[in-house]
Amino acid sequence: MATFGNLTDRLADTFKNLRGKGKLSEADVDRTVREIRRALLDADVALEVVKDFTGRVRERALGHEVSGALNPAQQVVQIVNDELVTILGGEARRIEFAKNPPTVIMLAGLQGAGKTTLAGKLSKWLAADGHTPLLVAADLQRPNAVTQLQVVAGQAGVAVFAPEPGNGKGDPVKVAKQALKFAKDKQHDVVIIDTAGRLGVDAELMKQAANIRKAVDPDEVLFVIDAMIGQDAVTTARAFQDGVDFTGVVLSKLDGDARGGAALSVASITGRPIMFASTGEGLDDFEPFHPDRMASRILDL
Amino acid sequence: FARNTIDADTWSGLEDAMISADFGPDITDSVIEELRASVAKYKTDDPADLKRMLRETLEERLARLDPTLTLSARPAVVLVVGVNGVGKTTTIGKFAKFLVGHGRTVVVGAADTFRAAAVEQLATWAERGGAEIVRPQQQGQDPASVAFQTVEWAQRESIDIAIIDTAGRLQTKSGLMDELGKIRRVIEKQTEIAEVLLVLDATTGQNGVAQAEAFIQHAGVTGLVITKLDGSARAGFVLAVQERTGIPIKLVGQGEGINDLTGFTPHVFVQGLVG
Ligand SMILES: Nc1nc2c(ncn2[C@@H]2O[C@H](COP(=O)(O)OP(=O)(O)OP(=O)(O)O)[C@@H](O)[C@H]2O)c(=O)[nH]1
Ligand SMILES: Nc1nc2c(ncn2[C@@H]2O[C@H](COP(=O)(O)OP(=O)(O)OP(=O)(O)O)[C@@H](O)[C@H]2O)c(=O)[nH]1
Ligand SMILES: [K+]
Ligand SMILES: [Mg+2]
Ligand SMILES: [Mg+2]
Repeated sequence: MATFGNLTDRLADTFKNLRGKGKLSEADVDRTVREIRRALLDADVALEVVKDFTGRVRERALGHEVSGALNPAQQVVQIVNDELVTILGGEARRIEFAKNPPTVIMLAGLQGAGKTTLAGKLSKWLAADGHTPLLVAADLQRPNAVTQLQVVAGQAGVAVFAPEPGNGKGDPVKVAKQALKFAKDKQHDVVIIDTAGRLGVDAELMKQAANIRKAVDPDEVLFVIDAMIGQDAVTTARAFQDGVDFTGVVLSKLDGDARGGAALSVASITGRPIMFASTGEGLDDFEPFHPDRMASRILDL
Repeated sequence: FARNTIDADTWSGLEDAMISADFGPDITDSVIEELRASVAKYKTDDPADLKRMLRETLEERLARLDPTLTLSARPAVVLVVGVNGVGKTTTIGKFAKFLVGHGRTVVVGAADTFRAAAVEQLATWAERGGAEIVRPQQQGQDPASVAFQTVEWAQRESIDIAIIDTAGRLQTKSGLMDELGKIRRVIEKQTEIAEVLLVLDATTGQNGVAQAEAFIQHAGVTGLVITKLDGSARAGFVLAVQERTGIPIKLVGQGEGINDLTGFTPHVFVQGLVG
């Protein structure tokens, strides 16, 4: 049980006075729940998710599975961990491939979240699996986003569709639409559309993302979110769900020391599965998401 | 603050609001404790008083440090650092424009020789901002040597201000953090560094403090820049950063346009936080 170190230590303190009593009083449980709340807030889990979550844990902690336990602290941590893994999704979902290729994957998210880098990672990973992905430069906003995608495509050894120069020139909806025809002609079986970063509060740009989606009817829309994000994860995730909707989540920059509470927030608020973890700047720093590892990380090892 | 007397709900509402603005549990507790004492001292039960006290406390705490940029050296060298994707390159474009608008000559140095198209991106911003640019002479050139050449260019051409872009790096990567130290040392052999600006993204949560501490240690940060304040994130974590590190916020970014950069005003910032 050493894996749940920090929270276990905190809870052990809370439970210190309890030894020999055998049964948890409501006051004991409340003190415990406050510790859990604190640990989750330190990990940047969104407040409304924390409230919901601690409510459920409290209920279970008052039940018989804890009061009879030899070590109530560990038992409670176990419950917390189970609940976390449940919300984060039991098993990572794989990409849904279209019955009639090409499979279309659209990327969306805040500025600087890691979309363009992910396009490279995803395409390299798919190419290694025998696919023939095409990257589409539909971020025509950010300075030199098109060049960046071209460089990344070169590094990944995949094709890129970039008919417009960008830097404010060209219509991303049109580019996305043309890309599908291009992919069919050239027999690319997967199309990955890179889009501009946008804020949840930017209605106009959100509308543009929705229009790209409408134009290409993607099989997957992946919402890329930075593991370092704080309480704003909820507002932003809701805005993207309402604005474009997404089918899955990718958590980026997990190679740092952010506890990544956003993972829990986004999964819980949107009900969408976290599919991949991005763990570095290199194109191979990418893996399917592991809910159990993430749970331990949020609880702080 | 909807009720007309201060009761338990007022306090828990305040706590929720502060947590949701990313102040973090520690600062939230300390501010609430302080406010409870004030409320008792002034014997008020008016939520409007409480809100005013909250605003004053935050403003006062944020205003303890001096946000003025020190750019009087010639050339004044500004090094821009931070984790990946926070807005360093964009901020440099805006800052260059701001300085050029005030009659200064500016050169930017593309010492991010790592990220795909980082040099081209900076070149676009330099052009928009009316600054010159020093580029690496070959792919993957040592960033410290690009920084050196930038400062050398500024000295030779009598350019007022040299701003050096660096690659984003997570504060936990020791090799990359050491590289920053090297860039610093190389420049310091030429001239004193006027400002080392750490860029922090407003959407960041409690990790912002860890970022600041590590960059201060490795890069000798002299000022903070908070970007993306045009979004829904309130960036309450910067209070913890300022108080733990003693480094002031000097600039604020609020958009992707070249004019979306301002100085830091505690009053305006707190207005965004508290309303
Ligand atoms: N350490 C680390 N850096 C990453 C990761 N993913 C992306 N990055 C870096 O984060 C920065 C931003 O990545 P981009 O792929 O350009 O992000 P984006 O979402 O396309 O950004 P915009 O197009 O500006 O909205 C770059 O410096 C990337 O190298 C990751 O998993 N770990
Ligand atoms: N909305 C908004 N977007 C911003 C702001 N500042 C930067 N951005 C966007 O954030 C993204 C990343 O900005 P960059 O300037 O490339 O960030 P960086 O820190 O140089 O990134 P790396 O060099 O990859 O580490 C781009 O899409 C910018 O347009 C801001 O104040 N508001
Ligand atoms: K970010
Ligand atoms: Mg991009
Ligand atoms: Mg940059």
